[in-house]
Amino acid sequence: MTTEPANANLIAGATGDWEVIVGLEVHAQVTSRSKLFSGAATAFGGEPNTHVSLVDAAMPGMLPVINRECVAQAIRTGLGLKAKINHRSTFDRKNYFYPDLPQGYQISQYKSPIVGEGEIQIDLSPTYSINVGIERLHLEQDAGKSLHDQSPTMTFVDLNRSGIALMEIVSKPDMRSADEAKAYVSKLRTILRYIGSCDGDMEKGNLRADINVSVRRPGEPLGTRCEIKNVNSIRFIGQAIETEARRQIAILEDGGAIDQQTRLFDAVRGETRSMRSKEEAHDYRYFPDPDLLPLELDSEWVDALAAYLPELPDAKRARFIANYGLTAYDASVLVAEKETADFFESVVNHGGTKRDPKAVANWIMGDLSAHANGRGAPVAEAGVSAAQLAALVDLIVEGVISGKIAKDVLGLLLGEEKDADPRAVVERRGLRQVTDAGAIDAVVDAVIAANADKAAQAKTKPGMLGWFVGQVMKVTGGKANPQAVSEALKCKLGL
Amino acid sequence: MSVDLDAVRRIARLARIRVTEAEMPHLQAEINAILKFVEALEAVDVEGVEPMTSVIPMRLPMRDDVVTDGEIPGKVLANAPLSEDDFFLVPRVIE
Amino acid sequence: MTDLTSLTLAEARDRLKSRAVTSVELTRAHLEAMERAKGLNAYIAMTPENALQMAKASDERLIRGEGGPLEGLPIGVKDLYATEGVHTQACSHILDGFKPTYESTVTANLWRDGAVMLGKLNMDEFAMGSSNESSYYGPVASPWLPPNWSREKALAALAGDKRGLLTPGGSSGGSSAAVAARLCLAATASDTGGSIRQPAAFTGTVGIKPTYGRCSRWGMVAFASSLDQAGSLARTMRDAAIMLRSMAGPDPKDSTCWPEPVPDYEAAVGRSVKGLTIGVPKEYRLDGMNPEIEALWSKGAEWLRDAGAKIVDVSLPNTKHALPAYYIVAPAEASSNLARYDGVRYGLREPSADIVDLYEKTRARGFGSEVRRRLMIGTYVLSAGYYDAYYLRAQKIRTLIKRDFERVFADRVDAVLTPATPSAAFGIGDKSSEDPVEMYLNDVFTVTVNMAGLPGLVAPAGLSNEGLPLGLQLIGRPFDEETLFSLGEAIGQAARPIPLPEPWWR
Repeated sequence: MTTEPANANLIAGATGDWEVIVGLEVHAQVTSRSKLFSGAATAFGGEPNTHVSLVDAAMPGMLPVINRECVAQAIRTGLGLKAKINHRSTFDRKNYFYPDLPQGYQISQYKSPIVGEGEIQIDLSPTYSINVGIERLHLEQDAGKSLHDQSPTMTFVDLNRSGIALMEIVSKPDMRSADEAKAYVSKLRTILRYIGSCDGDMEKGNLRADINVSVRRPGEPLGTRCEIKNVNSIRFIGQAIETEARRQIAILEDGGAIDQQTRLFDAVRGETRSMRSKEEAHDYRYFPDPDLLPLELDSEWVDALAAYLPELPDAKRARFIANYGLTAYDASVLVAEKETADFFESVVNHGGTKRDPKAVANWIMGDLSAHANGRGAPVAEAGVSAAQLAALVDLIVEGVISGKIAKDVLGLLLGEEKDADPRAVVERRGLRQVTDAGAIDAVVDAVIAANADKAAQAKTKPGMLGWFVGQVMKVTGGKANPQAVSEALKCKLGL
Repeated sequence: MSVDLDAVRRIARLARIRVTEAEMPHLQAEINAILKFVEALEAVDVEGVEPMTSVIPMRLPMRDDVVTDGEIPGKVLANAPLSEDDFFLVPRVIE
Repeated sequence: MTDLTSLTLAEARDRLKSRAVTSVELTRAHLEAMERAKGLNAYIAMTPENALQMAKASDERLIRGEGGPLEGLPIGVKDLYATEGVHTQACSHILDGFKPTYESTVTANLWRDGAVMLGKLNMDEFAMGSSNESSYYGPVASPWLPPNWSREKALAALAGDKRGLLTPGGSSGGSSAAVAARLCLAATASDTGGSIRQPAAFTGTVGIKPTYGRCSRWGMVAFASSLDQAGSLARTMRDAAIMLRSMAGPDPKDSTCWPEPVPDYEAAVGRSVKGLTIGVPKEYRLDGMNPEIEALWSKGAEWLRDAGAKIVDVSLPNTKHALPAYYIVAPAEASSNLARYDGVRYGLREPSADIVDLYEKTRARGFGSEVRRRLMIGTYVLSAGYYDAYYLRAQKIRTLIKRDFERVFADRVDAVLTPATPSAAFGIGDKSSEDPVEMYLNDVFTVTVNMAGLPGLVAPAGLSNEGLPLGLQLIGRPFDEETLFSLGEAIGQAARPIPLPEPWWR
């Protein structure tokens, strides 16, 4: 359901237009304390081979036992993707040899995954939305880490990551551009973070994407696709798709054919290259893992998980628009991170009063975000509590301080006045807005008197008003009510 | 069904077992003897029959999400043919 | 002192309790017998110091009036079981030098109950075999002499390549030989296609493979995960029952382990079999069947009838498909289970230039020819284009085999009586190295039981005309090992006692 004109995404080649078809397989590390089939810790980092049990190290005679919470996380995620939960699913072994795959096979789900078809709605702009279909979601083990650069002759193998639960989320090939793919990953990441089933930390590799790219002339059958493996940033996902599409178009326009291959994205060169070790087609010899039984889910359990699912981004956004009168854009920005959305609501509703949602939204999306970005923290953890921001907004509404002073107070709350009550800060530092007409008049008179020449010019150059306002504000240390100052000046300058 | 030498080479490669060219024919004969033996199964009517998924009538047991294992690098590496600083070492893999 | 090894496990248990004998005495007697029997090659790793330490600790507990069901009793452990700090290689070169830092659940249960470990027993490599001839450590000589062989001839063969001496069966050849030669009071063993039951039949001992899931597989070197099961080999029904009770039980570390508690198997030994219905399946009567075996089978049915059981004819139509289906399913699972033997984290590592070289050379050097054969077949039947025709089909046939038994048991049959093996023990080197299938045919009566996940017990039932032991097999309902022990004891009571061979090897 693309509401964007179809040909806006077409790439113009030398011989005509081309359509890009993108499908994504996202690997999301499941948030859990212990691994999918072993009791070792999933904690990031750690000395080599410390978060490893004998099961993870594939010692002779070891056996898998499934972690209930990992199953729950997969179910929750499936529900969040509006997908079919398969009450019976099975585990298969995917057999291949690699040093960081100690068992010589990965326990995955091939034939019958735990989650079936679903969909995600992606909004790229107020007039441009697409639905990307989800093919399936399944649980599987992550592999360990092979370090090839520690020595010229040896590869170092660390199995800490081996056996950690992954959800593989396979989309349908419904995306038609790099932007759509990026938006998809971003939205998927948001949903996972809302549910709490994956922290979406791409830098740590907790969320990574395999991208399937093919091109075709509009209206023709699907072309041969290539897979770009393990892309771990949204930016790189976009770049990889663009360079790969161009690579394929160039080959086809030259009269060649696309070899189905697996490729890697080289961020340094900004291009994809073929993976040497994957040239031979893998025969994974999938078969049901005989150490495990089919996974059967009780309806009661699934229903209970559904009942406790948090409000998801789309629903929250709709509610923000309806209940808070926010624009679609503002609502979208606020719900991108659950913590931000929660923070917004806490501020609006703090102390039982309801504040102007637009004003609160502006503070959060504007100044507070800027500060937060500066210190590399999420908005909700920038250093200002909901109570403090609520008080700040109230002080402006009450006319105690001007918007400008409020920005200064915010800065103080993030610095020297950390954890302080904004009202106390205003009193202590004498930041109360000056609204007394007499006091303002006095300063205005003084400034005009000191700048008689400019005052005279102001009659013909109304723009000078701004300068005078600035001067008066300077004298009053910013505390004069700018509205009142402007009125007084207009009057006294004869504007 | 039987396998030719190419198939034997492919299987040996998949199984990561080095088989010399001299050994190939004998191994091929052995494999074909076994395949001949199991040929009789082709005639069995398995229409509508589900493959065996579990021999005993029990549900997959699940464990609680608690860290109960790990922190045993000594044990994990105790039998390692080659290791350094608690890493397993193998000849360098070219990606 | 030498008489101590002639005691049954139950007798030894009683004497230890009454302090008529100490565990140290008992253990020493066995260690001496083991020394004298080194030529049989039943044990591939002996642990005398450890054994005496365990015996001493048992004696201290016994003196205090404490002690578990197996307190102070010396037993042997098949090399398939992980024994902490002790050689565990499944008799394969690829696990060269491997000493686990963990204990298998089954053996941990034995030590929990006070048993004393004498050492690790020989077996076919990775449990793949029916004669113990594929062991990296060489074949095991059965304590039973080949017909008409003199002691001198036997000793000469023993000192050489053992050709012509009898195999004790496989894969648990070391276990059955050790039990029959009185080198332990009982032994742990394992059974994937008959590896406890066939050796029991070949050596005149009792072997029980319980229902799949009755014993934990944690810490057992895996061969075919959906077929493997731990069990015991002993000289009497009571002894086998006592062993199994300690070995079995729930284990949360094994997802396929039955969570229910273990009944008192010993109490079933000697229980009346009056009123039980025994099925005799016609499909087990093979063309050209050994007439002695057929006769013994009829005899067995007669004995049970005399003991009060009802004998009925039953049909298990898919019996003949079990062996070929087994030789698809088992190798397939093995090909995946043995992928971890790659020279990276334990065991043999061949010097190599790159990682693929490492894998290929190590596995070529480390695996014997039988294992290699099965891994190749297993890899093939799972490979693209062949999975449906072979593995999937075999698993469907497995369902049919299980259904056959379910139908029979639903028809009020309590157990099924069949022969155990198509022949008495054969000689080492007898089976052709050209045709692997010849050896596989040994399992024809036993694999059905693993394919259906049922319990199977072999009781010594008689001697062949040449004086070699023959056994009979009883197949039971899931988790009804008790009925098997009762029936097995009834057969044992009715049959002429089979005296185990006197030591000719020392």
